[in-house]
This record gives sequence, C-alpha cells and structure tokens, in this order.
Amino acid sequence: MLTIPRELYDKIVAHARQDHPDEACGVLAGPAGSDRPERFIAMTNAERSPTFYCFDSAEQFRVWREMDERDEEPVVIYHSHTATEAYPSRTDVGLAAEPGAHYVLVSTRDEQATEFRSFRIRDHEVTEEPVTVVE
Amino acid sequence: MAIEVRIPTILRTYTDGAKQVEGTGSTLGELIADLDSKHGGLGERLMDDGGLRRFVNVYLNDEDVRFLAGLDTPVQDGDTVTVLPAVAGGAS
Repeated sequence: MLTIPRELYDKIVAHARQDHPDEACGVLAGPAGSDRPERFIAMTNAERSPTFYCFDSAEQFRVWREMDERDEEPVVIYHSHTATEAYPSRTDVGLAAEPGAHYVLVSTRDEQATEFRSFRIRDHEVTEEPVTVVE
Repeated sequence: MAIEVRIPTILRTYTDGAKQVEGTGSTLGELIADLDSKHGGLGERLMDDGGLRRFVNVYLNDEDVRFLAGLDTPVQDGDTVTVLPAVAGGAS
C-alpha cells in the first residue's frame, strides 16, 4: 500500500496537469527504509514527449546523490500518461529499475478527473496497490 | 588505489549486495571488462552491441560519460564511477 500526504498527492497532480500534453515525471524522496514519501522533487522530462519520459541524466545524478547524502531513497517514482490509462505500459515495465519504489501513474486524459494509481514493478511483474491519502 | 564504482540496488545481485566495488583499467571500457571478470554478468547489464546500454547512465565523477568519450573515456586511480539506471518509460 502507498500512504501519501495530501500535499504531495496534489503536487504530483498539479505537475502532471501543468506539463500536459507532455508526460511529467518526478520523485518523492523519503528516509531510507521508512516507506514514507516526504519530499517532492519534480524532474525534467528530457524527452519532452507526450508518449515517453526520461529523467535528465545530469539532474538525476544530482538528485540521487543528494538523496544519498540525506540518507533518503526514491520512495515514489511518478509519471503521467496523457492520452491513456494510468497503468504501466510495456515500456514502463521493461525499464523499471527501482524494485523498492512505488511507481505512481497519473492519467490526465480526462480534463476534469485525474486517475492516480500506484504499482510495484519487480522482475517485469506489475502489482497494483491501494493508495491512501492522508491529510 | 583503484577506481571506485557505485552500484545501484538493482545490480547488486552481481556484487553480493555491495554498494561499492573497485576496479582497474585505463579506460571505462577496460574498467567494465575488469568488473565483469570479478562480477560475472555485470558487463552485460551495462553494455550491449559493444556500447553502453541506452538506459544505463554511467558517470565519471559527476559527468555523464556520454558527454565525455563513452567507453573510451580515460579513467584513473582515485576516480569514482557511478552507475544509475535511467528512470524512463512512457505510454508508447
């Protein structure tokens, strides 16, 4: 299960809406081993594409090093789909490389309603999990 | 002295769980060959068709080696090489 503070949930949705129709992506960092997302980090989608995302490599290096120094880890890795459902695509599954992370997918295909779902992706296997938003 | 290599979680199955290993070589390509000889299979996770895999980022100190000379990038004792799988995906 993913437990996420309302403030971080809203920031992810706002980022996805803002970058629509391109895919938005980013990280929620939290203390290592805590499974608690605490810090919102919007990342640059180096592809600036409506169908693909890739963290900018220099930015990723900086952010990963910063997490390391703060004894944090990427608790959540999020990205948006802008014309399809909030479910990991084959590309998402093939490239998922953080077995400990919650993969959050947001769909902005509907202008009003935002889909927000969370998954574990390990060894090419997708498992959906409930999302609990805490105030 | 040697070159320190930081290994991401997903590749630590090749290093018995170690976050950091050491290797030698005068170029990144030689370093990867050396690492592969000590941690069998690691090389294949970093390279395909004789080049670096597209979705694996390798940094020499804090510079992405794609902006240096790739596998021909010179490395020396005291350098730190960091491997990070690119975070990527998308609807297509």
